[in-house]
Amino acid sequence: MTAVVTGIGVAAPNGLGTDAYWQATLAGRGGLRPLTRFDASSYPSRVAGEIPDFEAAEHLPSRLLPQTDRMTRLALFAAEGALGDAGLRTEELPRYGVGVVTAASGGGVEFGQRELQALWSQGKEHVSAYQSFAWFYAVNSGQISIRHGLRGPSGVLVTEQAGGIDALGHARRHIRRGTPVVVSGGVDGALCPWGWVPQIATGLLSTTTDPERAYLPFASDAGGYVPGEGGAILVLEDDEQARARGARRYGEVAGYAATLDPAPGSGRPPGLLRAVRLALDDAGIGPDEVDVVFADGAAVPELDRIESDALTELFGPYGVPVTVPKSMTGRLFAGAALDTATALLAIRDGLIPPTAPVDGPAAEHRIDLVTGAPRPARLRTALVLARGYGGFNSALVLRGCTDTTESEETTR
Amino acid sequence: MTRQRTPDRRVVITGLGAVAPGGIGIKAYWELLTSGRSATRTITHYDPSPFRSRVAAEVDFDPVREGLTPQEIRRMDRAAQFAVVAAREALADSGLAVAALDPGRIGTALGSAVGCTTSLEREYVVVSDGGRRWEVDHDYAVRDLYRHFVPGSMAVEVAHLAGAEGPAAVVSTGCTSGLDALGHAVELIREGSVDVMVTGATEAPISPITSACFDAIHATTPRNDDPEHASRPFDRTRNGLVLGEGSAVLMLEELEHARRRGARIYAEIAGFASRCNAYHMTGLKADGVEMAAAITAAMDEARLGPDGLDYINAHGSSTKMNDRHETAAFKVSLGEHAYRTPVSSIKSMIGHSLGAIGALEIAACALAMEHSVVPPTANLHEPDPDCDLDYVPLHARVQRTDAVLSVGSGFGGFQSAMVLARPDRRMP
Repeated sequence: MTAVVTGIGVAAPNGLGTDAYWQATLAGRGGLRPLTRFDASSYPSRVAGEIPDFEAAEHLPSRLLPQTDRMTRLALFAAEGALGDAGLRTEELPRYGVGVVTAASGGGVEFGQRELQALWSQGKEHVSAYQSFAWFYAVNSGQISIRHGLRGPSGVLVTEQAGGIDALGHARRHIRRGTPVVVSGGVDGALCPWGWVPQIATGLLSTTTDPERAYLPFASDAGGYVPGEGGAILVLEDDEQARARGARRYGEVAGYAATLDPAPGSGRPPGLLRAVRLALDDAGIGPDEVDVVFADGAAVPELDRIESDALTELFGPYGVPVTVPKSMTGRLFAGAALDTATALLAIRDGLIPPTAPVDGPAAEHRIDLVTGAPRPARLRTALVLARGYGGFNSALVLRGCTDTTESEETTR
Repeated sequence: MTRQRTPDRRVVITGLGAVAPGGIGIKAYWELLTSGRSATRTITHYDPSPFRSRVAAEVDFDPVREGLTPQEIRRMDRAAQFAVVAAREALADSGLAVAALDPGRIGTALGSAVGCTTSLEREYVVVSDGGRRWEVDHDYAVRDLYRHFVPGSMAVEVAHLAGAEGPAAVVSTGCTSGLDALGHAVELIREGSVDVMVTGATEAPISPITSACFDAIHATTPRNDDPEHASRPFDRTRNGLVLGEGSAVLMLEELEHARRRGARIYAEIAGFASRCNAYHMTGLKADGVEMAAAITAAMDEARLGPDGLDYINAHGSSTKMNDRHETAAFKVSLGEHAYRTPVSSIKSMIGHSLGAIGALEIAACALAMEHSVVPPTANLHEPDPDCDLDYVPLHARVQRTDAVLSVGSGFGGFQSAMVLARPDRRMP
């Protein structure tokens, strides 16, 4: 069974909603800013991808506000957007016909910090009755399921920044096993002190204070990454059903694979290249059929080198256009669910968004990095890569749906 | 060569490892489960006196005695330490020479509901100066704080132990995490991505923040004066769950892979399904229809009718609401056979270890099949009139265990069901 994407919902630092995000991304307009959500002046890293214009009360019923962390509110916003975009009336589908699979990383961290503070500074009577579920990793899948009455098979995967792709890969398994629709992806964020300090401890965060220079994947002055909040929720649907109801199909999830790096000191190679090869095999295509790569782009020199080496090995030097539009949002915990949405929009419009504000890759990275203006290209197949802290590697192959592409070409 | 699930790839359990209240290792675990004794006691991990519920099923665990190095002990949360020790036992028990296998064909899936919560709370107290600072101090952050922050790290530890480089993940669906991690692992083998999975679940949630948040919703029992009998699933006097901790890790293999090497096969994982109630983050509807739907789907996948089931390992959390909900679900899914099938809850003995419990329960089911013995529901003296099935009270029972069902239910509305069966059974 083929799984296609029929709905996209986005909450990103440079655009709330799919259209706002896509316009900003094509224009190279980033959403990285000096932190405003908490006083970051004492920390070595002070830039983040904050979503500035999200007022939860405008988007959610008031009863949900006391029981949700900000990242869950953003996830509910994105899920509603995705279901609306898909034009699905979920109540008309079979009772167990819609599942939910999301990625999680830190859970509802800001909510959790408030309750930890209440417990330790005031006592246990001050801990919220909602803490038991508002913080835990399963909260977004649970809340999306409840809000939209989705009773099908669900799941929550924790593989740090590879999670978004792993969630989509797992959603495809549910579709293949006969669940016609799965709401999937990842929306996450931990822009509070208790979410910030553990990331600082990794030594991977950028300490540059100029938002325009803080996160520069593959650049010669790449010096770490900037975290962001938000992500994307997609509606995956069985292709036959999508065709039967005349749904717009953004593209097919044609291939997926995940690997884990070996233990440090084992002398064995990292697993990224293997993940890509397996995903291409899974899609039944060779490297020559890939039209664009949405790279992981860690902006940590050693990690960038591993990735550009893998791409050069597989596609040849400068063999395929590579882009890292997350340079404009920061790296999202929920991994590359947003990159997947971006790749599908790129396929739809025949435009590769740039890695703004990077001017060009360092000489050692022999890749065709798309910078500056968006690059027009005939895109049929996109490869999306993501890595998670600890050695998680995931690769997703997306393929445009032929008839949609043709009909759009005639109308263009 | 698109990977599609092929019905001819079947998945079997070939190794078991456990770290549980009452003892480390499968032997101690099974002895406890068949004794009908409870390993619940007054909390010793911290001073429980401020809390409404002061009882838990704790593991007596010394990481040094279990052979972990100082670096490993520093790097890993207690839950990760449990998982590594359980995984080591499971690997040895399976007799699998993992070093001779392609590392890419071995995957890892570990369930956990609250990850490294104990370490996170401990470190939070340090960096926040006892909760006094909102802008917590990064100068006091330990180097490994991020490993605790994103619990995917626990799957990485287990994978490295096994030399696994295939797909790895932590599955975190609250209290069904254990069953769902195993279900995830089964799927990866069936679709052909891997041949072997190191899988299971772990949890070490017994810490003040967990006590506080369960107190706040009265989920845990206040039966503090009688800790050994505090977890009493299906009993009329039950009044809340008893928190537990522990880990079970299972080696799963593709059936032919296991047969070729002459492995001991505990059971086939013949069916798995999960559903959501889409109702409430913590509440349950009394009718149990979503759990019943998961049971029916799992039984269908195993091609097993209600009359073919020999034993049900219940969720049996000892809350008023759950035990009725679950009893209703068995009646909806199995009809008259619900009354003829023995049902028991081992949470009566080892408490409810949240995300870990599903894997501990599947390990118990595999052992029940191995020994043809069903563990009892301890502390069940006064049956609840609303819970009118055969719950195997107090004493283990020798009986046929060719096909067994285990179910889980949890916050978020998740309902999961898994069926184990003998791999050589006649398929209808």
